[in-house]
Amino acid sequence: MISFERVSKRYEEGHDALREVSFTIEKDELVFLTGHSGAGKSTLLRLIMLMDRPTRGQVTVDETGLHSVSRRGIPHHRRKIGVVFQNHQLLYDRSVFDNVALPLIIAGYDHREVGRRVRAALDKVGLLARERAMPVTLSGGEQQRVGIARAVVGKPKILLADEPTGNLDPDLSAEIMRLFEDFRQVGVTVLIASHDLVLISRLHHRIMTLQEGRLIAGGGA
Amino acid sequence: MGVADHQAPGKSTGRAGASQSRAQVSHQLRGWLQHHRLSAAQSLLKVLERPAASMLTWLVIGIALALPVGFSVALDNVDRLGAGWDSPAQMSIFLTKDVDAQRAAAMTASLQQHDQIDSVNFVSREAALSEFAALSGFADVIESLQENPLPDVMLVTPRRDLASEAVAALRDELAALEDVDEVVVDMAWLQRLQSLLELSRRAVLMIGAMLVLGVILILGNTIRLAIEGRRDEIVVVKLVGGSNAFVRRPFLYTGLWYGVGGGLCAGLLVAAALWFVDEPVASLAALYKSNFSVVGPGVMGVLNLVILGGLLGLAGAWLAVTRHLSKIEPR
Ligand SMILES: Nc1ncnc2c1ncn2[C@@H]1O[C@H](COP(=O)(O)OP(=O)(O)O)[C@@H](O)[C@H]1O
Ligand SMILES: [Mg+2]
Repeated sequence: MISFERVSKRYEEGHDALREVSFTIEKDELVFLTGHSGAGKSTLLRLIMLMDRPTRGQVTVDETGLHSVSRRGIPHHRRKIGVVFQNHQLLYDRSVFDNVALPLIIAGYDHREVGRRVRAALDKVGLLARERAMPVTLSGGEQQRVGIARAVVGKPKILLADEPTGNLDPDLSAEIMRLFEDFRQVGVTVLIASHDLVLISRLHHRIMTLQEGRLIAGGGA
Repeated sequence: MGVADHQAPGKSTGRAGASQSRAQVSHQLRGWLQHHRLSAAQSLLKVLERPAASMLTWLVIGIALALPVGFSVALDNVDRLGAGWDSPAQMSIFLTKDVDAQRAAAMTASLQQHDQIDSVNFVSREAALSEFAALSGFADVIESLQENPLPDVMLVTPRRDLASEAVAALRDELAALEDVDEVVVDMAWLQRLQSLLELSRRAVLMIGAMLVLGVILILGNTIRLAIEGRRDEIVVVKLVGGSNAFVRRPFLYTGLWYGVGGGLCAGLLVAAALWFVDEPVASLAALYKSNFSVVGPGVMGVLNLVILGGLLGLAGAWLAVTRHLSKIEPR
């Protein structure tokens, strides 16, 4: 579903964030991406999202070589992918419901369909009762779950998460990880960047480790 | 969520593909229309949410549009005034000095029968001299003249509906008559007025073009600020797969609302200005025994202003959006 072939990324300042990274992630796999801060985890996710282009090498997502996706094709590409961020990236001027509905509105769904799917997604993350609430009135863990609901509401093939438990206590973190495991169960390919080794080593999934931009473990399929 | 029926939208396979994708298209079209309605309504709400700031923008645009429109309405009215005056071009027929009163009277009578002439007013050289003496205050000097230097004059008013070529033909015909020395047509002032009007029209057009450019820039700047204020939202929308068109849409509507409001403001300003001068113009016209009254832009004119404002709003918003959206990461 996702494959990197000798991918390097050098930022304009001359810093090599990724060096010759190669790996393959199959459909309905859940893979953790770990490494110290600055190892290149976020950069790797950005390349999958086409928020950036690799300097060298080839990224393939859902059988599409990303070098062949033009700027106009980027929105369509991103609709195949749900993303969860450490800082939630919620919009604080609108309700939980409207936040989760955003990807569906963008994809042009009819409003009845939007309502049905948003409630299903909120139900899944256990926040159905809070659909009218504003995000600021929610706890950190609840905000993160709103972020997850927004990421999965469009039924993406791929779910990416960048430090989704970064600000949460261990219990809440474990709960969030269980949600991701549920999505893998139904055929979503999940890639989670996290430096919380204690948490992820308990979960028995494949772990890829980045060190100064090099993939030092977990790359070989 | 219904995770069991997991499937990405916009993908269909198999035999049912065609009809399914047709349903998909109509479904997408409905979603697209709904987003247009939503953007339009939300942008309008955002504009109305801050009435003071929005009012200021509307007024600035309104004044910028009202100025050239107001001037051109004024010019149209002056033009109409001029048009009311231009048909009876006055002609002065100067007779030769050897014509006596009897022949002059006969000529006056025959000219009055002429089917292209409305009226003839004969001023004898004696009457002309005494009038000149009275008006100029040179009575003493004139009395000391041995001979009256003035000729007899006939003031001829051609029929109102004569075209200017016909007036010229009439002048040539009259000039060829026996006893006529010279015929002078008093139209120079009218031509001067016409060219002055033409000049003013061009000036108004130029000022108008500059103000229109100004309106686009003002709107562009307003939209730029709106874009800055919604930066976070734009980033998120792009991350979850919003196309540029989707991101642009609410800002284009914002521009449209500012422009439409500005156009309406301009219409009201012009109407108010006309109402303000209507009474003095009417009393002035009454003094000149004219039934002239000021004609405004009318409902269609105001509607055109609103449409023009809306188009300028869209143009300004488009300018700002294409310039500034591409600078916001992720592209
Ligand atoms: N936009 C950028 N421009 C320049 N350097 C960057 C940029 N983003 C990240 N980097 C650098 O690339 C390296 C990898 O960063 P990142 O992928 O964010 O690491 P991680 O997410 O593992 O902490 C870091 O040294 C960081 O300073
Ligand atoms: Mg990071």
